[in-house]
Amino acid sequence: MIVTARDILGRRGRAAAASATYLYFLVVLALPIGWLFLEAFGFGPGTLLAKIGSPEALHAFRLTGLVTAIAVVVNAVFGTALAIVLVRHRFPGRALANALVDVPFAVSAVVAGLMMVLLYGPDGVLGAFLDSSGVRVLFALPGIVLATLFVTFPFVVREVAPVLRQAGTEAEEAARTLGARPMTILFRITLPTIRWALGYGVLLTAARSLGEFGAVLLVSGNILGRTQTAPLYVYQAYTDFDLAAAYAVSIVLIAVALAMVVVLEIWKLRRRRIERVRV
Amino acid sequence: MVTDASGPGAGAGPRRLPFGLLDSPRLHRPALRSLGLGYLIVLVVLPTAALGYSSLADGPGAFWRHVTRPEALAALRLTFGMALLAALLSAVLGTVAAFAITRLRIPGRALLEALVDLPIAIPTAVGGLMIFAFWGPHGPARGPLDALGIEVLYAKPAILLALLFVCFPFTIRAVQPLVEGIDLAQEEAAATLGASRPQTMRWIVWPSIAPGVAAGSMLSFARALGEFGTVAIVAGNLPMKTQMASVYVYAEVESGRPRSAAAVSLVLVAASVILILASDRYVRRAGGGRRRAAGGGR
Repeated sequence: MIVTARDILGRRGRAAAASATYLYFLVVLALPIGWLFLEAFGFGPGTLLAKIGSPEALHAFRLTGLVTAIAVVVNAVFGTALAIVLVRHRFPGRALANALVDVPFAVSAVVAGLMMVLLYGPDGVLGAFLDSSGVRVLFALPGIVLATLFVTFPFVVREVAPVLRQAGTEAEEAARTLGARPMTILFRITLPTIRWALGYGVLLTAARSLGEFGAVLLVSGNILGRTQTAPLYVYQAYTDFDLAAAYAVSIVLIAVALAMVVVLEIWKLRRRRIERVRV
Repeated sequence: MVTDASGPGAGAGPRRLPFGLLDSPRLHRPALRSLGLGYLIVLVVLPTAALGYSSLADGPGAFWRHVTRPEALAALRLTFGMALLAALLSAVLGTVAAFAITRLRIPGRALLEALVDLPIAIPTAVGGLMIFAFWGPHGPARGPLDALGIEVLYAKPAILLALLFVCFPFTIRAVQPLVEGIDLAQEEAAATLGASRPQTMRWIVWPSIAPGVAAGSMLSFARALGEFGTVAIVAGNLPMKTQMASVYVYAEVESGRPRSAAAVSLVLVAASVILILASDRYVRRAGGGRRRAAGGGR
């Protein structure tokens, strides 16, 4: 009997692997998502639209959108700068700085929120100082933004850095010897080189900011109509037994998540095609 | 010689962008470095230092007392146990799924492939609500589960489901590129030399994908340790019973005991850091698979 490579599992093994895979996707992903939609539409489209359009829900969406926009812009600019510094500059403590970038990956969102409370709370070093100069961080927009920036910190840096490392500096050096200025080099060579990685990083940042829950719960105080983001609104509605509102807002958030995953897939396919052409 | 002292626009070539000081070659390196490193210090170093300081400020004795409170110990034990279980399960199922999606031509492959990343994009509070919808009082599983006397919601099975949901992408994404990279000729050579299917699996396939399985399960473990959003909704959060460590930390902060919260947090962060550093070795061996969105939990 000759066993070809495609045949490694055998007929029965293939069937078992396929069924296990379908079951895994169904139980963990598809059925719960599907059932949430079913339950939600059980309330009727009128109720759902009313819940989505309620002033509290709209405020939560707006706040989440604002925080996400800030996180995306700050991460794109500072994250790219940090990636360039980490890859191209030589300075003492570079390895340590590089390792510190990953710290937010290892920190639970609640712990991230706790860090902000410890630092900016009334007993914190910075909190006391900022309070005396009239800046409120905790239970206000700055706290939400800082917590979100902490949890999204590594995404852009970790996507952009390897691409920079791989690209090397030859093109930039050539441009410099031809008399191009640093900012010209940045906009005409560096940024085009990293655009895919930056796009990925930004998309992941946006996804995480939109959904951030634990960190924001701790720093925001969860004040209805003021510091309540969309995920906090879902949680609040759930604990208040207002399931229609919780499901309605969830549907919007799942729709956004689906859209982002589709964009991610399209980018992945397109990038693969470009790479294949280049090779 | 054209000097930079000339007014805006004067002497500027057509391709020159208006960035003043930053455009001066002597200044842009230090400026960029302080920008990047300043960002790192303000956003990561200061908060981490604040946690380290607060958890140890009252001395090691106080830290030990905080961590060994019965409620804290119970929460930590539950968290590590459930996270380990979730990591092992998702390692096995994730490896099978990665193999099936990449290698077998199962129908609906493209759809499954697109769904893998969904748990990264779905907010954890929504993830928890999904589990509530399906396994809760109005869910389809309610009848049979009641008849069998199995509790899912507000009990350990719901915690496991929540952790499996948030860990879903890690093992699959870590193993997939390695399955793609397996040299089919090696498998065929093994087969022509008379190796059985299990032998080929053991000596050809497994060695190529093992680093991915290791990295994926470690990242899953790290992520599960800190998970909060889904668990806060479905676990029931009963102290000593179904309260996970992250929920315990939250409760301690809300009760005005940030130092106690910081001590337990330090344990979680230390465990996650060790796991992520360890997984790094395997990720590198696996050819840089992906580590984004790893660890920590939301």
